[in-house]
Amino acid sequence: MRLKITHRTEYRYDAPVQYLLQRLRLLPVSGHTQTVQSWGLNIDGAREEVRFTDHFGNDTRLLSVEGEPHAITIEASGDVLTRDTTGVSGPHHGFAPLWLFAQETPLTAAGEGIRELAGSAGKGTDIERLHRLMGTIGERVAYKPGATTVMTPAEEALALKTGVCQDHSHIFAAAARAMGFPARYVSGYLMMDAAVEQAASHAWAEAHVQGLGWVAFDAANGISPDERYVRVATGRDYRDASPISGILLGQADEKLAVTVTVEQ
Amino acid sequence: MLLGRTANGLYWMNRYIERAENMARLVDAGLRMALTRTQNASEEWNSVLLSAGSDVAFTQKYQDYTAANVSDFLLRDTSNPSSTMSAIETARNNARMVRTALTRETWESINEAWMSLKRMLAKPIDERDLPTVLDAIKRETALIRGSFYGTMLRNEIFDFSQLGTYVERADNTARILDVKYYVLLPSISWVGSTLDNYQWESILRSVSAHRSYRWVYDADYKPTNIADYLILNVRMPRSLTFCYRFLAEHLKFLGDDYGERHACHATAEKTQAMLRAGSIKDIFDAGLHEFLANFIRDNTRLGDEIAQDYRFY
Amino acid sequence: MAAFDEMLPEVSGLRRPYSAYDRWLKEQDPARLTEKMQDAERVFRKTGITFAVYGEQEASERLIPFDIVPRIISGNEWRRLTQGIEQRVQALNAFLDDIYHRQEILRAGRVPRELVAKNEAFLPEMIGVRPPAGVYTHIIGVDIVRISENEFYVLEDNARTPSGVSYMLENRETMMQLFPELFQQIKVRPVENYPQLLRQSLAAVRPQSTKGAPTIAVLTPGSYNSAYFEHAFLADQMGVQLVEGQDLRVVDGHVAMRTTEGYKQIDVLYRRVDDSFLDPLTFRPDSALGVPGIMDVYRAGNITIANAPGTGIADDKAIYSYMPEIVEFYTGRKAILGNIPTWRCSEPDSLKYVLEHINELVIKEVHGSGGYGMLVGPAATKKECQDFAKKLAAKPSNYIAQPTLALSTCPILTEKGLSPRHVDLRPYVLVSDRIQIVPGGLTRVALKEGSLVVNSSQGGGTKDTWVLDD
Repeated sequence: MRLKITHRTEYRYDAPVQYLLQRLRLLPVSGHTQTVQSWGLNIDGAREEVRFTDHFGNDTRLLSVEGEPHAITIEASGDVLTRDTTGVSGPHHGFAPLWLFAQETPLTAAGEGIRELAGSAGKGTDIERLHRLMGTIGERVAYKPGATTVMTPAEEALALKTGVCQDHSHIFAAAARAMGFPARYVSGYLMMDAAVEQAASHAWAEAHVQGLGWVAFDAANGISPDERYVRVATGRDYRDASPISGILLGQADEKLAVTVTVEQ
Repeated sequence: MLLGRTANGLYWMNRYIERAENMARLVDAGLRMALTRTQNASEEWNSVLLSAGSDVAFTQKYQDYTAANVSDFLLRDTSNPSSTMSAIETARNNARMVRTALTRETWESINEAWMSLKRMLAKPIDERDLPTVLDAIKRETALIRGSFYGTMLRNEIFDFSQLGTYVERADNTARILDVKYYVLLPSISWVGSTLDNYQWESILRSVSAHRSYRWVYDADYKPTNIADYLILNVRMPRSLTFCYRFLAEHLKFLGDDYGERHACHATAEKTQAMLRAGSIKDIFDAGLHEFLANFIRDNTRLGDEIAQDYRFY
Repeated sequence: MAAFDEMLPEVSGLRRPYSAYDRWLKEQDPARLTEKMQDAERVFRKTGITFAVYGEQEASERLIPFDIVPRIISGNEWRRLTQGIEQRVQALNAFLDDIYHRQEILRAGRVPRELVAKNEAFLPEMIGVRPPAGVYTHIIGVDIVRISENEFYVLEDNARTPSGVSYMLENRETMMQLFPELFQQIKVRPVENYPQLLRQSLAAVRPQSTKGAPTIAVLTPGSYNSAYFEHAFLADQMGVQLVEGQDLRVVDGHVAMRTTEGYKQIDVLYRRVDDSFLDPLTFRPDSALGVPGIMDVYRAGNITIANAPGTGIADDKAIYSYMPEIVEFYTGRKAILGNIPTWRCSEPDSLKYVLEHINELVIKEVHGSGGYGMLVGPAATKKECQDFAKKLAAKPSNYIAQPTLALSTCPILTEKGLSPRHVDLRPYVLVSDRIQIVPGGLTRVALKEGSLVVNSSQGGGTKDTWVLDD
């Protein structure tokens, strides 16, 4: 499937910015599930400082802003050809060892709730258990924006019984790790059937299964990603794979607006 | 090449060395007044505090304007950021920060001044020892100055250091004059009255100029001469004109070195031109207090501009 | 257990390396020596060579006591030592390169994976980074102890930001000021060119993209840091800027320092700030000591950070116990310099042994440094041993234990004349496209009679260390 994506992020400040750095992970790479046909970044109001491949293989950019202007726009857009691989995104590669993905992070630390959830996956093949886990998360954690933030740990979101896609992904990764699977967080895009315009970029999780490699699970939607999904960045959790992370010096107040369109 | 933070450290190191010494000078002048004019001693100590810019902080802590209280507050109280002890400590902290920019001799003289004053000011000063302590403070700062002038390369490091020294000194001299400006005004001065003689001498003592005044004006204390000496005399090392001659000079060196002029250049040159063109009569005619208030304001602005233009922060 | 004295061993009498010095010493008037000792202290205090002690109330700047009797090593002894050190340093860098790439040594099972996986010093952000010349740890201080004429052991590898080199230099400077005639009589190999070697070494590992002479700077946490004197000293001696995090910013794809004329690019940063504070955008977000985005510039290849972030994984005390395996794995040869036998308390059998012999052993925290959080069994009270045993049993993997070795001694000058004290040695190693070891190092000496703790934070002192040119 050929997907056309536009991801526009706009920051507005009520005062000149003393100093701001933004780290972008907004560049999809070609792989087992997708071929990037064209992709570009359009940046207004900020300077690109460096580009590099991070420790998880993500194509990363660092932007800086100093003083004027009071607004920055970052627009990532392009065409990606996707394939339905029934959720399998292929063997592990890169120097980051698999064991690293088996370790918990502050956002995915397993408490009582996560451990109970991991235990509820029951018996069966790896794939069966992981599917069951995904189903249980979907049932227990309702999709509801606003109740959690990007800083909410999996354990807490699980207790709240509500969250957004990154909470579902954190909970899945945390529980999969508790079950003994290396697991990772994936940020990217999803073409929802109903609409061109999406609320935001999407996130899901992957578990590494012996013999299959990485297998993706979208607990928020209860399915294994197919050709409607475009993967952009991966890491152990949101902190590693977030599309934009930054640091702001000064008193300026930040207002954020994001629009994402995904169409065929 | 010099870090902005280092330039900042050099600038403040020297402002605080200057301040440490100025406090001793002010206390010295106050002590002399108190010894010779016992009935108005507390008033004199009050004006010493005003000159030091520390009167408000003092009254929060003390009731009585006594020699013991004021000298304690101005010399050794570490809760007073301008006290000699605080100032020398701040100067040393800045020197530590910019240590790589200083000669070994300069650093050691500051370090030794800090060590010896820390020891000397550890306990309240017995009034009988006060003159010795004041002498020691002046001697330590003189040693720093000596090492500094004797060993430092005349480059941007030297320039930023001197900017600190002269901005602080100009501020100090202007404040001393402003606190006592009324005794210099012709309209209310009773020529020859002993009261004013003491007041005038006190002003001169505050800037260690009571002897050199006589070399220059070879006569009695006259308010216009005193004001002229402290404001316009080109050779008197604590006069405003003297300070601005060097401020302008060091800023010019920096401007030439870097090939770039900034707002601070214009500000310093404007003040220098004003001082050069003025006569003491013009200043009195336009109002001494107004003149000094404007000067202090412009001098502060110059400090801010230097910090901004040379990226201190 | 009598310790081996490096000057006057009980068995054989005065050792050769000390013969010329001994002759000179016998000619000296004891009163003059005492005077010289006081002179030395005055010099140190005046120049402000102090260090801060953590946990003391009064903003404490203290002197590290200096003893005027040099520790002397013959040229032959030194050659043997340097071979062992070079081998070890090569292995450390090979290990770091491997750990941040294929991790062959873990795959081969020669070092347990958990030791790396559960180690905070392992920085995932370094995965895949290969710095210029393949050097990760550029400046290393290898702590060496001596047991007898021919037995040297490595106590610790300091591969992060080893300190103390300024004391090595100042000790020599002070000795030359106090006793110029000694240096005419005895040929001592010079150490004073260390700053120049350091500068050359740092310049040699500049990023490939650097055009012309590289700009080098020393990054300090600031003037309140315990080793600030050293940071300033080294920057000064190298003729480079001493910068703090607040001076630095990412500008035009490089890390740049704010000067009075604007921002200026830095190519090589000798940082004395710990990993976790280095980049608030990557590590601790609350750090004000670092440079936001420096890791991005680093990964892009636009700056060399010395030592590289994440080198702590190589000098961790738990990893240390595997150094013989590590040296053999990467160099194909047996380690020339041995380790002190080490019990890893994470292993149940070892833990049992350690708990049973706690009053005979030295027990160290795996991640501790500077002698904090350690127990010297023989010197500890029964209660201290019991309390420590509880801590140990609660978190065994946090500790290693070593026998209390009879560290060699070297005499110090006391009021009653010469008296032996235990010493260790930290030579400083510079790695770039080659390995350089300055002849000498920092000799740390336990000033209390019989004490084995040489750390300056625990009452240790220093001595000038002579390597003879023979």
